[in-house]
Amino acid sequence: MAALITHSPILIIAIPLLAAFLTLPIGMASKKARNALLIVSLAFVTFLVIILARDISINGIHIYTLGATSPELTLPGGAMVPIRIILEVDAMSIFMGIIWATVSLAAAIFSLSHMASETGQNRFYTLLLLMVTGGFGMMFTGDLFNLFVFLEIASISGAALIAFRTRFADAVEGGFKYIVISAVAGLIFLFGVGLLYAQYNSLNIGFLANAMQYSTLDIIALTLFLVALTIKTGMVPLHMWYPDSYTVAPANITAMLVITSHACMYAVFRICFSLYGITLDATTVGWIIVIIGLLTMFVGVTMAVFQTDVMRFMSYHAISQMGYMWMGVGVGLAVLGNPEALATYGRDAISGGIFHILNHAMYKPLLFMTAGALFHRTGTRDLNKMGGLGHNMKFTLILYIIGTLSIAGIPPLNGFASKFLIYESVYQFNPVLAVVAMLVSIITLASFTKAFQSAFTGPQLPEYKDVKEVPKPMLIGMGILAAGIIFTSIFPGLIVERIVNPATDALINQAAYVNGIMGGGMP
Amino acid sequence: MLSKIVRTVANQLILFILIFGLYVIAHGHLTPGGGFQGGAVIVSGVVMLLVAFSSKELKKSLRERTLSIMESSGALIFIGLAFAGIGIVFFYNFLVGTPIFGRIPATGPGPGDIWTGGFIPLMNLAVGLKVAAGLSAVVLAMALFSSGEEIEE
Repeated sequence: MAALITHSPILIIAIPLLAAFLTLPIGMASKKARNALLIVSLAFVTFLVIILARDISINGIHIYTLGATSPELTLPGGAMVPIRIILEVDAMSIFMGIIWATVSLAAAIFSLSHMASETGQNRFYTLLLLMVTGGFGMMFTGDLFNLFVFLEIASISGAALIAFRTRFADAVEGGFKYIVISAVAGLIFLFGVGLLYAQYNSLNIGFLANAMQYSTLDIIALTLFLVALTIKTGMVPLHMWYPDSYTVAPANITAMLVITSHACMYAVFRICFSLYGITLDATTVGWIIVIIGLLTMFVGVTMAVFQTDVMRFMSYHAISQMGYMWMGVGVGLAVLGNPEALATYGRDAISGGIFHILNHAMYKPLLFMTAGALFHRTGTRDLNKMGGLGHNMKFTLILYIIGTLSIAGIPPLNGFASKFLIYESVYQFNPVLAVVAMLVSIITLASFTKAFQSAFTGPQLPEYKDVKEVPKPMLIGMGILAAGIIFTSIFPGLIVERIVNPATDALINQAAYVNGIMGGGMP
Repeated sequence: MLSKIVRTVANQLILFILIFGLYVIAHGHLTPGGGFQGGAVIVSGVVMLLVAFSSKELKKSLRERTLSIMESSGALIFIGLAFAGIGIVFFYNFLVGTPIFGRIPATGPGPGDIWTGGFIPLMNLAVGLKVAAGLSAVVLAMALFSSGEEIEE
């Protein structure tokens, strides 16, 4: 068990990678064995994530140096610069890891029936597992170039998966848009990495943070990182690709894309807090992030109101919700240099933003999957053509209601818990922000009620008389996420205290992150 | 399909291209190049055959299924070698000191010893296999697609 925990950071990344390439030979022999491999490997990875999370909450940051004689050996032989690829998993990384593991497991189970009628399923699962690898890699790595590599793995497999149902012309278009945008964003990011490497001769985040001067070149690099990751996250001035790609992907892949956005958001936070940290001009950068968040929230929701395509409608809501996280964390970043303000409301703002990532990563994939379930049975995404589906798809209806109440922030559900944390703390920073956030929440509820009414309620339509409930694996996939939502709704205090606050502290405490790398010089 | 002269020359030349590709792969740990570059050289030979003969002709001897299995096994060998060191650390070079590629070269300039590098040469071979098979499948699929044929599933 101890050995399993020691090696778990790399096992979490390597097991999906191994399974991805085993999928093809095994899938040629037997379909059932392939599906079992997919589920077993992802379930095992989820188990590893949980035991690693428990270990991190007890023993702190977990370092893993690839290829060294011992996992903690970051500076072999008293070297000044860390060599080798180093994975650094702290409370924030593992927080994202828990989200990624849960949602990818749910999406994989969902795809067992959702993709059952497609051709080339072996390749589908290979790509899905590669995407899982990419996400875990982005969250666990302590190396900027490695972050870029994993970002590209997630993007390329994601683009192929969006375009997977090639019989739809718009799917191919969406996939093409995604790959072009990802390639541009990836190269901008790589340019930023190059600027830092040229100055400090290292790619390790901990080492760079230690040596950071915040010179003009560093500011340019920061700008490049922010632009690249803003594109990849889909924040408002650069969000045009987002609904186009998300709408046409299979629903399970849209769920994965939502958490890929969160992984990119994690990279933004990691770069702002852990890489630049105290040297950063926190007020300016914080305000930039707050304003991007505010714009995203408002533009996203106003664009969503008049959509009739159910997936497109939800994509705009996903954009809008992402604004909350940026606003919360941005407020925390803006007061990073002011310990008093940070203690009174900054830390809570960051916690609210991070908690909202967790909640959003559960209810948004759930909503996308219910939309996928509707598409699975009716063959249309147009809300105007649906109606009365609540008569035949009762479980989907219940799951949709859970998701809707959660996204709108209705009190007992988890969306309320995180939004309330954001309203309260952001109000002390600037009241206008909180007012806009509440307004957006109200519009969200209104538009989701409209979608609910047009899809599920009303008399049974003759063309959907024989529509059946979706198959069990799809219900199980959605059920996992709904169970997560209900659990978080019942115990928000527990979640904030045990998972969210440690993640916030890990972000704020830059010294611990640096020390994880630079303090590991035992020969 | 091009003229008989081109086809004959291509038939002779493919041997040299393959040998050069294998050379670049096998000497990846000593000279510039490595698995990816050597694999790409081999695929350039495949592209030459594609031009000289037609994609229909090549499809008979280069099966998509075989290529897929080769590609997967290349990746699996790579990850397997990385996993083999997990007794100490993932990616630990466990072959150093053993008779297989285990010699430790002298410091300073030298002609280069092929039996060094631990599992790096083996990983180069795995990457070479994967790149050669994968890129061949890509060019073959593109050629078949542009000639209006479907690659078999």
